[in-house]
Amino acid sequence: MKLKKNVAISEAGLLFNPVTGESFSVNPIGIEILNLLREEKSGSQIHDIILEKYSTDKTTLEKDYNDFIGILSHNNLLESDEKAKA
Amino acid sequence: MKKQKLNIAVTGLNAIDSPGPGVSVIRALREAASFDTRIIGLSYESLEPGIFMHDLIDRTYSIPYPVAGIDTLYERLQYIQEKENLDVIIPNFDAELYPFIKLEHKLKAMGIHMFLPTLHQFEERHKMNLNDFGKKYNILVPKSKVIYDLHTVHSLVSEFSFPMIVKGKFYDASIAYSIEQVKTYFNKISAKWGLPIIIQEFIHGTEFNVTGLGDGTGKTIAAVPMRKQYITDKGKAWGGISISDEKMLDMTRKFLRATKWRGGFELELMKNKDGELYLLEINPRLPAWIYLAVGVGQNIPEALVNLALGKKVKPFTEYAVGKMFVRYSWDMIVDREEFEQISIYGEL
Repeated sequence: MKLKKNVAISEAGLLFNPVTGESFSVNPIGIEILNLLREEKSGSQIHDIILEKYSTDKTTLEKDYNDFIGILSHNNLLESDEKAKA
Repeated sequence: MKKQKLNIAVTGLNAIDSPGPGVSVIRALREAASFDTRIIGLSYESLEPGIFMHDLIDRTYSIPYPVAGIDTLYERLQYIQEKENLDVIIPNFDAELYPFIKLEHKLKAMGIHMFLPTLHQFEERHKMNLNDFGKKYNILVPKSKVIYDLHTVHSLVSEFSFPMIVKGKFYDASIAYSIEQVKTYFNKISAKWGLPIIIQEFIHGTEFNVTGLGDGTGKTIAAVPMRKQYITDKGKAWGGISISDEKMLDMTRKFLRATKWRGGFELELMKNKDGELYLLEINPRLPAWIYLAVGVGQNIPEALVNLALGKKVKPFTEYAVGKMFVRYSWDMIVDREEFEQISIYGEL
């Protein structure tokens, strides 16, 4: 799962897709996950990092993470989406 | 070295809620690096806001509507030329392009240069001919049909599904969800812009626009794609952002290469959920949002003027992505005498 290379993430949490011109606002945890995706961390690595850093349980994290990835995919922000459309 | 000073006339001064491109074009010309300008506005109505923008426009002359005929326009331009010694005219309305294209040689003989599409290009890209255009150049276009008669409306149900777009030959488009609505829009739009009416398949998706400039040999001089971010009830962009979609740029280059387009243009595109790009319309002139192109590094009106004067223009190769334009309205305070000058004497 990789974030598209050209997607810009601002420190304030604004995501900009330069191909579609769409902007999205993301909360601080969202930015953290996006940066981990950008570092090409796997899903399980991201889970471990978040679980270690924040007080949450695995089930909640998995659900929220999958929802978040679903939203990214729906908005064509992941590399796999681009390949599927090509 | 002192820059050359050019006298440039510009139409489309109606900076209203459905704006003409004139004021944006003039702002671009004022920022041209390769020449200085004296700007002459050409107006159709006495309340076109650009007429009263004295920091942008040095003098304005009213000109006759295209319906008055080519000879009437020519006579008026002769008069303006005697006074202003114009170097270039940039027409900015679809409806006035036909007479200006027809007058191109006569105006050139008077010393006035333009950089317009040929009559063939102008006719071929017309929304009435979009089906054939798409087939000829292998570009995806929505299915469309030209209708002249209200009685033929009922037969549309076998060819189109609802909703469908009802379009005027020059301007205006409405989405119809029933035959009754098709009839209403047919009457409304044809009363304003005449016949025929174009019925177009509705493509679900996101709307994009590309503006640019072709040099007439198939070369792309400029191209900037934009996504509308804020759309008015008339479907006009009130805010937009420059984007970097290679598919759109490829389609633009293909369009220019195939048609050898000469002049400024705007492509109206729709991207459906599968990522397919449909060409909805080709506007044969610069759009009202042209100043965004200047803002991202491509001064298209300046390049157009240089091409009109026969100068060599290097193609733009890059632009800033993610730059936005946000339009605004502004009340000017105008002396009644100024209004009188333009409405009674046709000059200000």
